[in-house]
This record gives sequence, structure tokens and C-alpha cells, in this order.
Amino acid sequence: MITNILEYLEGSADRHPGKIAYADDEKQLTFSHLKELAERTGTGIASIIKDHHGSLPVMIFMEKSPDTIAAFMGVLMSGNHYVPIDVEMPLHRVSLIIENLEPALIICDSVNLERMQETANGKIRVLTFDSLCSTGADKDLLERIRDRHIDTDPAYAIYTSGSTGIPKGVIVSHRSLIDYAEHFSEASGFSKEDVAGNQVPFHFDASLIDIYCTLRNGGTMVIIPVQLFSTPARLLEYMDRWKVTVIRWVPSALGMVSAFKALKLCRPGSLKKIIFGAEAMPTKCFNYWKSYYPDAFFMQIYGPTEITGICTYYVVDRDFDDSETIPIGGHIKNTDVFLLDEHDALIDKGDTGVTGEICVRGSGLANGYINSPELTEKAFTRNPLNDRYPERIYRTGDLAFYNERGELVFAARKDHQIKHMGHRIELPEIEAAASGMEGMQSAVCVFDEKKNRIIMAYVSDTLDDIEIIEYLKERLPRYMIPNVMKKIGSMPLTTGGKTDRVKLKETVLKES
Amino acid sequence: MEELVGILKGIHPEIDYETENGLIDKRIFDSFDIVTLVGQLTEEYDIEIGPEDLLPENFNSAKQIYELVERLMEE
Repeated sequence: MITNILEYLEGSADRHPGKIAYADDEKQLTFSHLKELAERTGTGIASIIKDHHGSLPVMIFMEKSPDTIAAFMGVLMSGNHYVPIDVEMPLHRVSLIIENLEPALIICDSVNLERMQETANGKIRVLTFDSLCSTGADKDLLERIRDRHIDTDPAYAIYTSGSTGIPKGVIVSHRSLIDYAEHFSEASGFSKEDVAGNQVPFHFDASLIDIYCTLRNGGTMVIIPVQLFSTPARLLEYMDRWKVTVIRWVPSALGMVSAFKALKLCRPGSLKKIIFGAEAMPTKCFNYWKSYYPDAFFMQIYGPTEITGICTYYVVDRDFDDSETIPIGGHIKNTDVFLLDEHDALIDKGDTGVTGEICVRGSGLANGYINSPELTEKAFTRNPLNDRYPERIYRTGDLAFYNERGELVFAARKDHQIKHMGHRIELPEIEAAASGMEGMQSAVCVFDEKKNRIIMAYVSDTLDDIEIIEYLKERLPRYMIPNVMKKIGSMPLTTGGKTDRVKLKETVLKES
Repeated sequence: MEELVGILKGIHPEIDYETENGLIDKRIFDSFDIVTLVGQLTEEYDIEIGPEDLLPENFNSAKQIYELVERLMEE
């Protein structure tokens, strides 16, 4: 039984030493080279972080590159866990994270060294990746470290936005990550023939499939330069040149290609698997991709960072009308996903359409939030369905229901549910309806509590307010029709690439 | 040109559009900004900007964007 994620690296380095593991146009790392770099970096880190009990956090502040993966592996070799931070994050926010995390060391690339030294302000040691991997590997030292390892030790931590204003760090163990890589590889059919076209930033756990399915299965991961997502034709040419076979993108990235109808210019010929998740997938965008890839494997995945990126998945193997919502499906292996109502009672699969909070049980559960016992206690609670012994579940705060087929369908965030004119309304239902309109690129609703009105912000080149209202009146009860329409140039996005609802609401409320 | 710079200023007011020639290459404009810009150009000049026009060499400077708009208006 595998207990350390590095066994994937070692296995792939044995089986496919000369194969390219991680690449971009600047650099290609083979599995054997990656292993060697990881061992040297791990030795370098272990010789600095000594005499401590257990795993300590090492912050990684590097541009996205194959070396960044080597830095992650190096940290794991040293018996510690890595914490990737967005280099574009404002330094003020970085210092908030440093304060919360108290890293034992910060690793950066040379371009970010000076900035990071200023931010760390002499309190935390900052070293470049190049300096850490410049010495030889001490195999005895690494073996001693490995001997002490257990699979519940943390592998990484990822910071997500916190409602309190201070980002919260989700800490995930080797066991959770192994569980993820095993079952995601199986569900997606990821193999050594696959070339993953990486879009998602490494500080966002939606990138785990690219990194760890590649590592486990001996595939190849190609980093797609972020600026190509502004020039869809070049993006598709790049994918075609690298013979990308699988993409796991956020829907907004897929939407960039569909908005400009770019596949007519270049259709990457090797692409076989299209996986999406992390925000609602506009069904029209899905149908656009499907029309160019009728035989491809399409999969929607769902799962917050707190359960290691995935807890349910849905293989899209039937047709969907533009106004229908694609389900999030059913649980992935070795994970139990269930719905609890507001009184913590279990919602039966047969109770079609009844909405409840998605709760999760399994090895994928994160260890908790860093230095935030209260937040951890609130989200990771005892299973209310089991009073016989302590058992942990994660409450996602996401609401879902079962459709007639027994598939889970995402409804809304628990905190985006609104009461309007005495009715309980899930805003995504209105959005899904509007998204089905010909010429509608994107539609998002916000609720103005003060004036008790639903505001719809939308992106469209051809539609106007009246046409949309007319359309919606034919599909929704009248109390769900938006009170105010706002045509906008494009949806604001978070750094993770999701629609930034907070920013949208701010802008929309300011203007109306 | 003045009108175009006005649109660009609406997206990133801090840029000197007379001298800047790396709007895309330096990622001053990200994909979100590009979608915004293309939406505004389409509306303002009544042109259609296709995926074949979305290239760095058409969007790296205000001058290049101006030339693109001129060309598309003639078409």
C-alpha cells in the first residue's frame, strides 16, 4: 500500500526515466531528472529545517514552471509540506498568509527573490530554488526522513479566500492526495499516453489532476502560458503542437474559446478528454465544445478544496438542452457524499428535487484549516447521523438536490439562497434559464437585500433587457423574474478564474 | 485614436498608451480585459472581431488596435 505521494514519482522514474513529465516551451523535465532535482532540493531543505517533530510548512513563491513541480517534490522529500502562493497576489495579502502560516522556509525563483525578501522582512528565511538544488542528494538522510513518514502527514496546504478577510489555509494529507490520484485516474481513464494541457494555477487545487495524475500514470503535463488565454487561436495552436489529449479547465477558460468561436480556426486533433468544474458550466458552452468533439469524453467534477478537489463527478454521456443544468453526478470511489436538510436529517435519493447541504465523508477530507480551530470545528463536524463513535464529515455549504435519475444537481451556495417576495429562490436557476438564450454569453444574478430586488448582470452582444425578460417570463414563475437588468462587458473573474460574484455585486449595486 | 484611448483608459487608466507596446506580451491586459475590450470595440465601431484577429500583434499597442479597427471598419 502506498503511503507517500513520492512513491508515484519514484515508480514513474523507474518505468519511464527518459519520458518528459512536465514541460513548457522553456523547459522540459523528464521523470528521472525530476526525481534527481527533488532529491537534491529535499536534501537542501532538510539540512536547513532540522530538529523538529512532524511536518512543517514551506511556502513556494514561484512562477508556474516545471521547476515549481520539482520544488513541490523537494519539499515532500524533506518530510515537510508545500504551500503554493500566487506570485501575482498583492504582497499585503501574502503577508497575511505568512502571518497565519508561519512557514519554516520560503522558496522562490530569482525573479521574485527581492520582493519576497522584503515581504518576509527578515523573519522568515527566503531561498531560491536554484540555490537549494545546487548540492548533491544525501540518500541516507532522505531515507531516514521517509522512515518516519506516515500517510496522514500533510502534503500541501492551499489558501482560499476567507469570509473573515483573512485567507484560510486548507491542509491536506498524503493519504487524501493518494486517494484522489487513485480514484480520479480511474474515473477519468488518465493513462501514460495522456498529455495534460494545464490551465489551472498551481495554487488552486483544480490543478491536482494535471500534476498528480501525470505523476502517478507516467503521463506528460504541458503548462499552457496564461497569456494564450487572451488569444484563443494561438491557445489552440499551442495545444495542437503539444498534442494535448486531456484538459481539465475551469468553465470560464472553455468559455473564452466558445465566446470567440475559435475552434473553427483550429481544432486540436489529439484532444480526447475534456474535464471541467469549480464553477457552473454554461450548458451552451459545453454544447459548443461537444459539437467539435462529438466523440470526446466529457466529465464535470465537483468538490471543494477541503475534500481534496473532487467528491462527485458526472460523465456527460447524454444530450443537454442549452437551458438544462449538467448534474454534478455521483460520488467518486471511497468517498461518501450525502445531503442533509436544515435539521441535519438525511435526504433520500428518492426525494427528487429536495435541496440539502452537500456533506462528505472519506479519506479525501482535509486535515483542517491552519491555525484556525474555530473555522475547522465549524466546517468539519461530527457526523450527525452517527452518535455511536466520533466520525468526521465536511459540510460544504453548497446546496444540491437529486434529479429523477438519482444524480446530484448543484443548486446554490448555502449563503446565496435568497428569500424574495415570500418565496425561496435559488438564483442559479434564473441564471441557467437565461443562459439558454441564443446570444447570451453569461448571466449572473445578485440579490439586493436592501431594496429586495434581483439584479441580473449579463454579457451579450445581441440581446437587450426586454428580450431577456420576455424570454424568462416564459420559463420562470413571475416572482423569479429579475427586477433590474444590467448589461455588462464581461463577468469579473477571481484569480482562480471563477466568476467573481462579490466584485460583480459591488459594481452592480454601486451603479443602481 | 483619441476615442480608442478613452476606451483603453476605461479598462486600465494607469497605462501610457502612446508608448506602451506590450499590452498582451506583458499581460497588462489579461483575458478578462480582452473580452471587455473586444465587447466595447464591437459595440462602439460596429465591427466584428473574430478569433483570427485576436493575436498579440493586433493588441499589443493602442496603435495596433487602432489599425485593426480601421481595417475591420473598411471590410
